[in-house]
Amino acid sequence: MMRLRLIPDDTTLQIIRWRRHAMIGSVAAIVASAVFFAAIGLNFGIDFRGGILIEVRIPEVPQVTEVRGAFDGAGLGEVAIQEFGEETDFLVRIERQPGGDEAQQVAVETARAHLAAAFGDAVEYRRVEFVGPTVSQDLLRGGAIAVLLAVVAMLLYIMFRFEMAFAWGAVAALVHDVLLTIGVFSLTGLEFNVATVAALLLIVGYSMNDTVVVYDRIRENLRKYKKTDLELVLNRSINETLSRTVNTTVTTIMALGALIVLGGPVVQDFSFAMIWGITVGTYSSIFLAAPLLLTFGVRRGTEAAGPKAEGERAA
Amino acid sequence: MTHVPRWQIVIAVIAVVFAVVYSAPNFLSSTESWLPGEPVRLGLDLQGGSHLLLRVDSDVVLAERLESVLDEIRTRFRAAGIGYTGIGVEQLAGGLTLTDPTQADQALELAEEADETLDIEVDGGGRLTFRLDADAEKELRISALSQSQEVIRRRIDETGTNEPTIQRQGDDRILVQLPGVDDPERIKRLLGQTAKMNFRMVDETASIPEAVAGRVPPGSELLYEDDGSEQGIPIVVRRRVGVSGDNLVGAAPVIDQNNQPVVTLRFDAAGARRFGDLTTENVGRRFAIVLDGRVISAPVIREPIPGGSGQISGNFTFETASDLALLLRAGALPAPLVILEERTVGPSLGRDSIAAGTLAGQVALLLVIIYMVAVYGLFGVAADIALAVNIALLLGILSALGATLTLPGIAGIALTIGMAVDANVLIFERIREETRRGRSPVSAIDTGYRQALRAIIDANVTTLIAALVLFQMGSGPIRGFAVTLAVGVFTTMFCSLIISRLLVLGWLSRARPKVLNV
Repeated sequence: MMRLRLIPDDTTLQIIRWRRHAMIGSVAAIVASAVFFAAIGLNFGIDFRGGILIEVRIPEVPQVTEVRGAFDGAGLGEVAIQEFGEETDFLVRIERQPGGDEAQQVAVETARAHLAAAFGDAVEYRRVEFVGPTVSQDLLRGGAIAVLLAVVAMLLYIMFRFEMAFAWGAVAALVHDVLLTIGVFSLTGLEFNVATVAALLLIVGYSMNDTVVVYDRIRENLRKYKKTDLELVLNRSINETLSRTVNTTVTTIMALGALIVLGGPVVQDFSFAMIWGITVGTYSSIFLAAPLLLTFGVRRGTEAAGPKAEGERAA
Repeated sequence: MTHVPRWQIVIAVIAVVFAVVYSAPNFLSSTESWLPGEPVRLGLDLQGGSHLLLRVDSDVVLAERLESVLDEIRTRFRAAGIGYTGIGVEQLAGGLTLTDPTQADQALELAEEADETLDIEVDGGGRLTFRLDADAEKELRISALSQSQEVIRRRIDETGTNEPTIQRQGDDRILVQLPGVDDPERIKRLLGQTAKMNFRMVDETASIPEAVAGRVPPGSELLYEDDGSEQGIPIVVRRRVGVSGDNLVGAAPVIDQNNQPVVTLRFDAAGARRFGDLTTENVGRRFAIVLDGRVISAPVIREPIPGGSGQISGNFTFETASDLALLLRAGALPAPLVILEERTVGPSLGRDSIAAGTLAGQVALLLVIIYMVAVYGLFGVAADIALAVNIALLLGILSALGATLTLPGIAGIALTIGMAVDANVLIFERIREETRRGRSPVSAIDTGYRQALRAIIDANVTTLIAALVLFQMGSGPIRGFAVTLAVGVFTTMFCSLIISRLLVLGWLSRARPKVLNV
């Protein structure tokens, strides 16, 4: 039977030798992300900025300009109209109204009244959301805390399961992944909302997952090949787990690809964030997390003999 | 080494049966009555419905309490001959300035007697500041919150909404979830009123133009009577409450003899007596029915009304009369509510989301199944069977737990499909390696499962940590996602480590291959 092998059996890529290039590339990407973030900022959705989002279905298929015209003279500030999925569906975003939480509620009624005046009873409200200033601040703070908490939790777990150098390497890789994801959201102007933060947390989980598998193999090989140069052990471990890393990434991206194409507009941005984050996460566990162990320094030879006989036979 | 303990087989069989039975209702179009389970509960974003986060403005309750404390202090000071100016409540503190600062000690003593929950400060200039102490404040806020929850529940129940959820959140918030409600405007209107009603006499001696100009007689206040216009008609009403809405025991909308919608009222015994007295003493005068600081109507009392029931006519349509009756029956809110957040999803978007999510999940499943067979052959088949059991088990557990499936939750299942095979990928890659190193099939498979275990556990714990953090931060839909993900971690570990292993070992003992073709 023919088998699909994305990574041939005897692959030995000199990944550790490319570490300086990878490091320079990653640092450059992080700097670029920071620049985008500072210059463009993030396109916060109503979750974090507050405001109103109304998804309407208008059967007679008006133009975007007609829908926009419905809000002329409504006094609601900036109103953005976007076609959404079907051609009968529109997303209306209304900026956060000046005033407190009560003002948002009043504006929702104003918006509905203007839509009804323009299109009559045919308007179907598929979604009406508004988030007042109190909740949007809570959500933003909560999201930031959650991402930090996740990173710290991962750091602690790796410290507990491995030694310190591994913990720093893993956390460096996942901070890299989070920053690059924020950077790409900043660059593309995709909406950054609660679902995006959920995606960030999952990216943290996935990046960790990938890194842990490589580290697990490094730890095993360090016990097996006590006298071998660290660089060679790392390279060997990466290559041994490469096929697994690639296969898991492929199946996960297949699932996310199905979501982005078929899952409907609501989960699209989330799926995009995940695909990007997983790609970056796969790269970082191979090219950053493992080579960084050379930088942080791994203690060797202090552990008990372990499965020495087995190791020698395999070598 | 490749011996399979009997208990593992038993558990695997139980799990498969459970998975099939409990996930089945999700795939069958109608609920089969002989199945024990029910389909998984859908979140508001999938079945349609409205989510409202409300804040109870309990500062109002504190201010009211301070006002009444000040009234008490006023009476005591007057009796003791202590003069003061500048009395009032501002920013949750009551204050007054003594005209004679040497009376401060006596004033302090009297004020402490008036209410023992006060923190009182006196400055050198004879300024007294009253605050409720921390315990009293907390108690008032908590009771305002729980009373509000109760009144909200009664109001929403009266509207006939199915299975509403009304939960307290934090110190001052109430979360209301209304499945199937796609136009919450009426409920928002009903919750937007505190509905404090009382009956007071109209101050007929006051001059309206004077009052509008700001000169209101002491003991009275300027209010506006509803006439259908935005502002209403100015009217001067005495502050003293004749009968309070707390004494109501019933209210209903009816059509009166003039074919006008009106609201009939029924008082309790104390209310009936007071209402009887009020109407007996004031025949020929006007009294005002005041709701939330606005006069609904101010009729002339034609004859004493002793029976304990009354009738409000006003500028009503049948709908507004019904809503008023509902509010009066359900009782007044202790404090106003502010809507902090609304998320309403109509039924059509919910249906579309389910359809899109299901299709995406099925396609994801198909792609992964094909890929696994393409890469790992027969072993891939074992992984695929484990994956199918995994998804059924996940749905079954979610259904049995009564967890809520949300749109992000469906995305979580699709993602689980992609990541679930990871454990098997780890194992099969290891078996491949061991085979290449020259191990026999039995030994390679045994080592594969044993050596991959550590990495699998570490990898899944990291996903579990992410899920826990998500659950912690999350609101409704995100929580649903976190639950799906967390349950997915456990079903995945179980299926890859037990189900797929049993399948592989079963095949091994039957086929006895000389060479492994992983």
